Amino acid sequence: MGTTAVTVPTRRRARPTRRLGGAGALGFGISTLWLSVIVLLPLAALVDRSLHDGLGEFWRDITARQAVAALRFTILISLAVTVINAVMGVLIAWVLVRDEFPGRRVVNALIDLPFALPTVVAGLTLLALYGDAVAYTKWAVLLALLFVTLPFVVRSVQPVLLALDREMEDAAASLGARPATVFRRIVLPNLTGAIVSGAALAFARAVGEFGSVVLISGNKPFDTQVTAVYAYKQVESDNATGAAAVSVTLLALSLGVLVALRVFERWATRHDR
Amino acid sequence: MTASRLALRFVALGYLAAILVVPVAFILYKTLEPGPAAVWRSITTPAAVHAFWLTIEVAAIAVPLTTLFGMVCALVLARTRVPGRSVLEALIDLPFAVSPVVIGLALFLLYGREGWLGPTLAEAGIQVIFSVPGIVLATVFVCLPFVVREVTPVLREVGDEAEQAATTLGASPWQTFRRITLPAVRWGLAYGVVLATARAIGEFGAVSVVSGKVSGETETLTLLVEKRFTNFDLAGAYAASGLLAAIALATLLAMTLINRKGAVA
Amino acid sequence: MITLSHVTKRYGERDRAFAALEDVSLEVAPGSLTSLLGPSGSGKSTLLRVIAGLEAPDSGTVILDGVDVTGVPPQRRGIGFVFQHYAAFKHLTVRENVAFGLRVRKWPKALIRERVDELLDLVGLTGYRDRYPSQLSGGQRQRMALARALAIEPKVLLLDEPFGALDAKVRADLRAWLRRLHEEVEVTTVLVTHDQEEAMDVSDRIVVLNEGRVEQVGLPRELYDRPANAFVMGFLGPVARLGGRLVRPHDVVVSAEPAAGAAEARVERVVHLGFEVRVELRLAGDGAVSAQLTRQEAEELGISPGDAVWVSAPTARTVIAG
Repeated sequence: MGTTAVTVPTRRRARPTRRLGGAGALGFGISTLWLSVIVLLPLAALVDRSLHDGLGEFWRDITARQAVAALRFTILISLAVTVINAVMGVLIAWVLVRDEFPGRRVVNALIDLPFALPTVVAGLTLLALYGDAVAYTKWAVLLALLFVTLPFVVRSVQPVLLALDREMEDAAASLGARPATVFRRIVLPNLTGAIVSGAALAFARAVGEFGSVVLISGNKPFDTQVTAVYAYKQVESDNATGAAAVSVTLLALSLGVLVALRVFERWATRHDR
Repeated sequence: MTASRLALRFVALGYLAAILVVPVAFILYKTLEPGPAAVWRSITTPAAVHAFWLTIEVAAIAVPLTTLFGMVCALVLARTRVPGRSVLEALIDLPFAVSPVVIGLALFLLYGREGWLGPTLAEAGIQVIFSVPGIVLATVFVCLPFVVREVTPVLREVGDEAEQAATTLGASPWQTFRRITLPAVRWGLAYGVVLATARAIGEFGAVSVVSGKVSGETETLTLLVEKRFTNFDLAGAYAASGLLAAIALATLLAMTLINRKGAVA
Repeated sequence: MITLSHVTKRYGERDRAFAALEDVSLEVAPGSLTSLLGPSGSGKSTLLRVIAGLEAPDSGTVILDGVDVTGVPPQRRGIGFVFQHYAAFKHLTVRENVAFGLRVRKWPKALIRERVDELLDLVGLTGYRDRYPSQLSGGQRQRMALARALAIEPKVLLLDEPFGALDAKVRADLRAWLRRLHEEVEVTTVLVTHDQEEAMDVSDRIVVLNEGRVEQVGLPRELYDRPANAFVMGFLGPVARLGGRLVRPHDVVVSAEPAAGAAEARVERVVHLGFEVRVELRLAGDGAVSAQLTRQEAEELGISPGDAVWVSAPTARTVIAG
């Protein structure tokens, strides 16, 4: 325990590193090249194709009734899932960090299951379990997305909760605050950054999810079809341009969320400096 | 033991059971329902065997490439002051933000018949889309961030003093890397590799678009599950799923053990 | 004001259990400043937390201002607690930190503002109202923590090694400041420390703890001059062992001539510590002894390493067999 009161995030401040000069630049070059060829180039081709038939056609592609319905459904259900898993994520992280019960370590390990299990298996699993009543409905999509996005907020909040200065909570108690108040006024404000971080990642993941929903959502257009599945169907119907246009909107959405997250993170850590 | 603590625990564990545990336990049960013999037959059909080995092959190519890239990139991010590092770091996260279908489509539009590079490659006799190279590229795309994101913070945390000491003692950069840096990050590296492997094996969406799903040629295990399901071969789909689920649990076990080792080390 | 009766607290299981507190009984007078003094592991912090209600004793009772609060949570005991590492609410400003206890009690806003300003003035942090704890120095944060604890008008103020995390100079300044504050505010105060100089400087009474038990309670001077046992003597000041007795080095008399009852010794080192001189001696029989002389005494003796001298402690006021 150091002599400062402010709990320092687990990473120490980066020590000054020597300039590697040539080797560093080479490494940077290699990394950037790899990244460009593998990631950026294909995405560029995508954007290019989406405008293949002109801006007007692009607009028509993304405002097609089915496309709009899919996007609306995707965003709404992703928001719902994000909110649910944000709340549950905090709860689960709290129980994992502050509570003790037999099998806690196993439960902790299981949180990462959605990261390890193929999405298509997850979808099939939920279908098998919840059966016909739920299959092919919005609830099926909800369950699948809940599964897939579960770990994000939990894993984001856990380390912050672990590192939180317990004495702040003792202090609040000594000043007269009941446990619920202590949580609301002291713990939660210090978790906000982590919660938003995890939630943003969960949302970005949810809007693009394909594997776990494609089998079970029955893909009823205008009802339970998500944008990723719509795009896929467009590819299958040989409408690569249309698919590309819709993909670009999806891409813009996810990227927007990631950028907003970075900006937020900078603002949120201002107290720790 | 207060009532509220118990209530919280109950709600948290109940939610986890409903969303996570019960489904997976159920799939394992459903997998074994027809009996071990039937399951074995199901996962040893020619299509299944090929799908298995194809999946392994793709992972065996994609993961080492990702590891190499990840290590180089982590060194650049944590050990140099090259301007543009932060842009690189931000771009690394791109694969997390892109839907698998979009990835598949993007690759299709780059390497496909009508794509930017497609015709050129076709003339050189290389087929990417609807062939194994396409699957590999898609997998490499999605696995890209994993090793970097696990190794970089470890490198930053450890600091480079030991490496500087090695240099003053006469070690060449490669020797320093092999003897000092690599051992220092081995648990972060292992964890990243395991995550990347799990991701590679489980990739579905991107591969759906680029592979053509030709059974016995370009059908991975995940694609096999989908095919069997759409062909109403539920038992067969469960069998293949069970296999993937078992691999996933093994991955989870590896992750847990590595975490423990990493924490102690 | 505070009465503890037979408080016991153990940690761990069965045969690996260790007693943090063993049958501790104690009385703290209203308006006094009492120190709980002892080495690490003596149970002093645990005792303080038991008084606060942050820990529950395995057995025994805690009575605050005539009320048995043994099962009562800290929220309702009317205590103020100050932590070694400040426990500042880092996401709140200084003003909001100090106001916290009052906001929880739902005081009217205007009244809160008034009281907070009053307290910030008392602790000298008026200009820092809208800063965040991360922008304050350690000493300032601790003053803020004190203001925060005092805001709720506690019946008892509890301080857990409040200056432990600060530099020596800041520590000394704050120590003096605390004493003045206590005289002004007159709240029953209990302070935990491992620094005997701090305890002696600041307290009305000192409670010496060792391994979960109370060794002695008394005025600082009493503890120094009439320690109950070797531990207390050793903890409160330097000790020299001479002829089967423990004496204070400044009571040791060094002479060049043999004297009645004196032991023979050889001078090993003469260390000049500014205004005093420490003479390290090896006894002829066995063992080493330190004597503390004033500069004048040392000059008059004119000794140097290697000299043979005679040591005794005829006028020693603190003597214990051991």
